[in-house]
Amino acid sequence: MSSSTCQYRSGLRPRVSTGPLGTVVRFAHPFMVTGLLLLLSTPSNALPAVITSQAPASRPTMPLPSPVSISGATPATRSAPGKFARALLLEDYNTRVVVIGTLLLGIGSGIVGTFMLLRKRSLVGDVVSHAALPGIAMAFLIVEITQPGTGRSMPLLLVGALLAGLVGVGCTMAISRFSRIKQDAALAIVLSVFFGLGISLFTIIQKLPTGNVAGLQQFIYGQTASMTSGDVRLIALASLAVLGIASLLFKEIALLCFDEQFARSNGWPTGGLDSILMALVVSVAIIGLQSVGLLLVVALLIIPAASARFWTERLGPMTIIAACFGGLSAWLGAVTSSMFARFSAGPVIVLAGTLFFLFSMTFGTRRGIVRRLLLQLAMRRRVGRHDLARTIYEFLEPELPLLESSAHPGSGDPLCIPLLVLQDLLGRRTWSPKRLGRLIQSACRHGLLQVEPKGWRLTSEGARHARLVARNHRLWETYLILHADVAPSHVDRNADLIEHVLEPELIEQLVEAVMDRYPQMDMPPSPHPLAQGS
Amino acid sequence: MTPQLDMLTTIKTILLDEWFLLDTWIVVTAALAAMGCAIPGTFLVLRRQSMMGDALTHTVLPGIVGAFIISHAMKTSGWFAATGGEQPYAFDAITYTMMFVGAVAIGALTAVLSEWVQRQGRVESSAALGIVYTSLFAVGLLMIRLFADSVHIDPDCVLYGSVETVWVTGDGVPRAALASGGALVLNTLLVVAFFKELRVSTFDPDLAISLGINSTAIHYGLMAITAVTAVAAFESVGNILVIAMLIVPPATAHLLTDRLWLLIVLSVTVAAASAWLGHAFALILPTLLLTPFADAPLLRSVNITSLDASTAGMMATTSGLLFLLALLLGPRHGLVIRRLHRGFLAIRIAAEDLLGVIYRNQEDPETVNPAILTDRSLTRRLAVWWLRRRGLVTGSSTSPVLTSSGHASARQLVRAHRLWESYMAHHFNVPADHLHEMAHRVEHFLDPELRDQIAEELDGPQRDPHGREIPLDEPD
Repeated sequence: MSSSTCQYRSGLRPRVSTGPLGTVVRFAHPFMVTGLLLLLSTPSNALPAVITSQAPASRPTMPLPSPVSISGATPATRSAPGKFARALLLEDYNTRVVVIGTLLLGIGSGIVGTFMLLRKRSLVGDVVSHAALPGIAMAFLIVEITQPGTGRSMPLLLVGALLAGLVGVGCTMAISRFSRIKQDAALAIVLSVFFGLGISLFTIIQKLPTGNVAGLQQFIYGQTASMTSGDVRLIALASLAVLGIASLLFKEIALLCFDEQFARSNGWPTGGLDSILMALVVSVAIIGLQSVGLLLVVALLIIPAASARFWTERLGPMTIIAACFGGLSAWLGAVTSSMFARFSAGPVIVLAGTLFFLFSMTFGTRRGIVRRLLLQLAMRRRVGRHDLARTIYEFLEPELPLLESSAHPGSGDPLCIPLLVLQDLLGRRTWSPKRLGRLIQSACRHGLLQVEPKGWRLTSEGARHARLVARNHRLWETYLILHADVAPSHVDRNADLIEHVLEPELIEQLVEAVMDRYPQMDMPPSPHPLAQGS
Repeated sequence: MTPQLDMLTTIKTILLDEWFLLDTWIVVTAALAAMGCAIPGTFLVLRRQSMMGDALTHTVLPGIVGAFIISHAMKTSGWFAATGGEQPYAFDAITYTMMFVGAVAIGALTAVLSEWVQRQGRVESSAALGIVYTSLFAVGLLMIRLFADSVHIDPDCVLYGSVETVWVTGDGVPRAALASGGALVLNTLLVVAFFKELRVSTFDPDLAISLGINSTAIHYGLMAITAVTAVAAFESVGNILVIAMLIVPPATAHLLTDRLWLLIVLSVTVAAASAWLGHAFALILPTLLLTPFADAPLLRSVNITSLDASTAGMMATTSGLLFLLALLLGPRHGLVIRRLHRGFLAIRIAAEDLLGVIYRNQEDPETVNPAILTDRSLTRRLAVWWLRRRGLVTGSSTSPVLTSSGHASARQLVRAHRLWESYMAHHFNVPADHLHEMAHRVEHFLDPELRDQIAEELDGPQRDPHGREIPLDEPD
């Protein structure tokens, strides 16, 4: 098993011995380094100040109301395009805070989602987010009972969500490990049962005096507008932590994704790495609850990664592209929902991702549909030209001795002498006149045929091509008859399919296997009668 | 009165004295919905398409919202006379028809789209499903927000259901019960009609194709029926919690039986039980959960016993509890049973080993390590108890003595052991110092026929490779 399947660029074995800093420098993505430096160079309580310092110095920072209402933050007097540009360029402090938080989330989920997609565990994120609901409700209830009025403290709610999410993932694994229930049913069971419990607890909370669930409801549908700067700072920190861990352990997780057995046989702690990956997924899902909502957070984990797959075959670029798609859709969603009150952020973020996905699926440079169709079309054309060239050769073959004797010595290939008309070729294959005309045009464009006043004539390149194609075809036919015991009446169709993809090395081997039977000849004779033209 | 007893009394009051006709109707409606879901769910679980059920329960949202928008547009444009007054959320024949048409369409659409993404984009199947259903669900959520003026749908009601309000009018059979009951009847009829086709295509798709059963049609039919059932149940159980009723009862039944018809019957029973118990738990959960904290400032002004939780949510939770019970206590696949079986096997093996040790000790005390005889571990004591109950040994547990039947059993065991040693030495050239460990494991599983076969194969050997005598099954 070669580790090149894991697409390592430097060295065969993953090394982490250069210390964390070295690893960061080697693998870290540019945005991550910027983010980390930004974070490290300032005390953590000054994060909003860091963000504002990027703004033009002349703009005074406005005090941050809590919770921030984005749509209300923009003065109503401004014109719509100006408003849009302002939102897009993050000129408003509030929008900027929210958008940066969502953007980081999108980037983190793109990276983690890539790993999950490769491990074929995309839907685990769905289980995590649904399972988080009872955790949130429990945390709220416990905090409200012990310290009334502080129940909506975001860190505690998120800790509850995190614990419940981990329990949910653990239950899924335990069910599919210890019973005959399959993985898919285990996912669905944990997802629905935890969610049901969460909804029950929510209805209880709703009926309590301080139980205004408006603050909790945002976890279900996602509501960026109600984020406070503290929430955003939390999201930013958690996203950066996810980015940091993903970058530090990039090689190890890649190894896990591509070849788990190889990793284990090389002594890597695959169980531990798997747990770390799960922890990353749980963290991203929990962070995403607030902006996208638990019903849709799984989309952030799947869609950017699946979109990125259409553009590259390498893991490194795929991760970066997925992060870009995730970040872009999150940014677009957050901005749009800050512009129009009716477009809630969660669905818009997901649909922006879906648009990117459809675009990638259509135009992706590696696996996109258009590229595949173009390749198919080119192949069809090539096959058509091959068929035409062989048909011409077969048509002219009976006259070859005559042509050779009548040609002047040194005047080129005798195949180039006769003039061809449509009628000569039409009945020899199942071509319609229209298709034959198109094939001839294509052959003319490729310099295989030249147009004459009353027909066409093979160029010397065309004659060479025709001989080559016919030779390949007959070599394969003869090989089948001699070595595979196929009846001569059955070899034509088989050779028709394979002749277009024969490699030069294979042709050489075929020549060795077949041509000692025909020592004097350039190519074997056709083993079956050829179709005659109409 | 102790607090525990107090709580029990309260629960009894809630469940028995304050159980009204409304509660009965809630349970009936929810049970009908759950039972209707369990039937297609059985096949989803067996076909390993549970997450398809999850996806369908999400994607019916745009179908429902679309149905409301279109029927609203029809009514306001005057194509149909609005019935039921000017209430925009009113259910009527048009809305219902549109909803079921929408459900069939969206069910097929989900299946077709995810297959398209999987084929054309070469995306892994679960990821393709995830992309399709999150996108469609997002469209549904956006539609609710965008058309909020014309369609008064509360997303909470659609997603989590409002079975508590099915019978607020107080007369007749609730509409939701009729819809769910209809879905249940439809599903039952379809399963009875296509039982053979469903069974074959579920367990052996290749056989189904060779028998001329159109498995593609069955696949899309199942998707459409699941979507219809989800829509019929959304009013009571709620969109998202339908997934619990689709998957959890069949999974529970799957732990209990291996027969398909029994599986369906059990899933339906479990579904009905979770509906009934779910409503009961919904009524008592706040009491159970919050009574210990009744003195907290938050709860001082609250009458805890009058609170209740969402019935749909508790139905899902209860079905999860039933699943857990089946997982632990299932008759053949339950964890407890399996653990017990393993325990019994361990005791039997320990007992047989003890028989062998006593026999060898009588034969030649030199060969037996005296520490083995005085072992006082729990397994040993259980083994002695087991042997004594079967009348194979007498005497104290530290120095047991073989009875005559115990002697016969021990002889058979030692015979098996030594025959196996001879067999391995003869045929596989296993070195003498490795023979004992192998025979020690195999001796418990060699029945008389196999012993005789080995003896015949080896021409009735008298002595094993160590030179000890191989006893006969029956003394001469």
